[in-house]
Amino acid sequence: MHKLQFHPCGNFKESYQEELTIFETDFGRLWLIIGLALLFGVIPLISSPYILYILNTMGIYAIAAIGLNILIGYTGQISLGHGAFFGVGAYAAAILATKASFPFVLAVPAAGIATAGVGIIFGLPSARLKHLYLLIATLAGQFIIEYVLVQWESLTGGAEGIVVMGATLFGIDLGNDRTFYYVIFVCFVVMTWIAVNLVRTRYGRAFIAIRDNDRAAEGMGIPIFRYKLLSFAISSFYAGFAGALFAYYIMSITPEPFNLWLSIYFIAIIIIGGLGNIPGAVFGTVFIVTLEEILSHATEYLMNVGATGLGITIAPLREFVFGLAIVLFIIFEPKGLAEVWRIVRSSFRLWPFSY
Amino acid sequence: MEFFLQLLVNGLSLGFLYALSALGFVMIFKSSSVLNLAHGELLAIGAFMFLVLSVWAKLPIVLAFALTLIGTFALGFVVERLFLRPLIGEHLIEVIMMTLGLGIMFKGLLLFIFGGDIHSYPDFLPEALSIQWGAVQIPSVNVAAFIIGILFLIIFGLFFKFSSQGIYMRSVAGNQPAALSLGVHVRRVFALSWAIAFLVAAMSGIVLGIINGINVHELSAIGLKVFPVVILGGLDSIGGAILGGVIIGLLETFTGGYLSTSLREIIPYIVLVIILMVKPYGLFGLVEIERV
Repeated sequence: MHKLQFHPCGNFKESYQEELTIFETDFGRLWLIIGLALLFGVIPLISSPYILYILNTMGIYAIAAIGLNILIGYTGQISLGHGAFFGVGAYAAAILATKASFPFVLAVPAAGIATAGVGIIFGLPSARLKHLYLLIATLAGQFIIEYVLVQWESLTGGAEGIVVMGATLFGIDLGNDRTFYYVIFVCFVVMTWIAVNLVRTRYGRAFIAIRDNDRAAEGMGIPIFRYKLLSFAISSFYAGFAGALFAYYIMSITPEPFNLWLSIYFIAIIIIGGLGNIPGAVFGTVFIVTLEEILSHATEYLMNVGATGLGITIAPLREFVFGLAIVLFIIFEPKGLAEVWRIVRSSFRLWPFSY
Repeated sequence: MEFFLQLLVNGLSLGFLYALSALGFVMIFKSSSVLNLAHGELLAIGAFMFLVLSVWAKLPIVLAFALTLIGTFALGFVVERLFLRPLIGEHLIEVIMMTLGLGIMFKGLLLFIFGGDIHSYPDFLPEALSIQWGAVQIPSVNVAAFIIGILFLIIFGLFFKFSSQGIYMRSVAGNQPAALSLGVHVRRVFALSWAIAFLVAAMSGIVLGIINGINVHELSAIGLKVFPVVILGGLDSIGGAILGGVIIGLLETFTGGYLSTSLREIIPYIVLVIILMVKPYGLFGLVEIERV
């Protein structure tokens, strides 16, 4: 018999099952249903194409960020190569679609799997060494992949890139923002659902054990190397999956965007959102993409009102603001926006006796 | 043969530049085992500070140089106090992320102030330093880089071996809680190591600036080139950094000369991956047996 629950004012858990539940109360489920209804029923119908474009970008980046959070936040291994892995996914999808004429439904997961394979190659050094070295290996991976994307012209089209046209899903043309919105957000919901549940399984708990104390984890019988590689493969799969969606959405890809800056961008997203927190990755994406849009609008506005010089000089401030956001979050709120959200929520819940 | 010799000389001088830029990085890693992702920006800060003092403020070169060293040393203290002190005792992952954030912040700030153009210093090194040997020519800057590199190697070798502060630094890197319980002032050690790293980075940045011109993007890219160098040499070995730098420099120029120019940029990273798989502690690094 299901017990209807409201907000508890304290910690009244009686069993491990309760500790592990995703929704503490039935309100959580209700809000999720309302949120999904808004996401699929209302938002795409009332948004302008520009807003839809931003939302689609957020959806794609959020999938990649969730994957990176599984690696950095849950397993404690830093990757500086996720920008390139995102690119590998994009290229894999584009090549499969144009050269092997894969349909959309197959190309996207296949691109994810291909990226996971590439990820494993660069994850191998972590076999013998701790996270410092994985970071360096993935940094090398970033540069090597960028080089391969530019130089392997017969496959990747070199600096000119590949044009991916006419994605269709079950006969529906995915050419416009609105239909693609549904594709992206269905994928987003499914991938989030998988991630949230993954971290509750034995695999997720093994990842957390490795992050918290790798020696103790080894002592408890967790084959660390296998789990580190698994985490790396899952995370690369997410990046490749998101990259494939990106390729279909943008329709024309070049090696340009998949540089080190994109890797740093993803890391900034999950630091600001909250390490080791799946909704945190989503909060972080919303925050960073919005911040970037605001900054680019500010630059554009200054150029339009005649202060072109000021507009140009202000452009590097975008990087500065990014760096500052990372630094401030690490010092003042290392758990990120997810923790801020939790504090806000619990202060409502405990009001007026919040002590 | 002449081509080979010229490549050899170019490679050696490039290698010494890499070695020089890696020194500050190794300083920080050796004393606090922090992987500094903002190293390229530290190079750039030093180079630009010297530019401001020597070209814009028109101070005499020696005075400008001395002021740059003092200024970056002080800046190192400030940065450590503001951004890294709050993280003492936190996870290493957060400290690395912090250096990443600091790097982006510094880069944005430098781009904002100086723009993305290449600036350059006036010629001030004496011509007498340059070496002409047959058809092979070594410009005076590279000779200066060589001298500075050797000088630093000796000074820091002695510093870590014999001075009490150097020994404190090594002890903190080896085992922080043990050092703390034996009365080592860990916070002072961290502050000092960042200050010294800033100073060393500034020197390297100035030398790099003299040779290639001063450009924010290029200098911060060199900060990433440091990784293959230090991994090859061993993360905590100053001698290894020098040798690693020379090997990477030679490798780059020979690849560029004989194989292909586009491969040149990437070859250090390919070597890096191979080393990580074969001999992860580098040539001279301290081998920690750790099977997790």
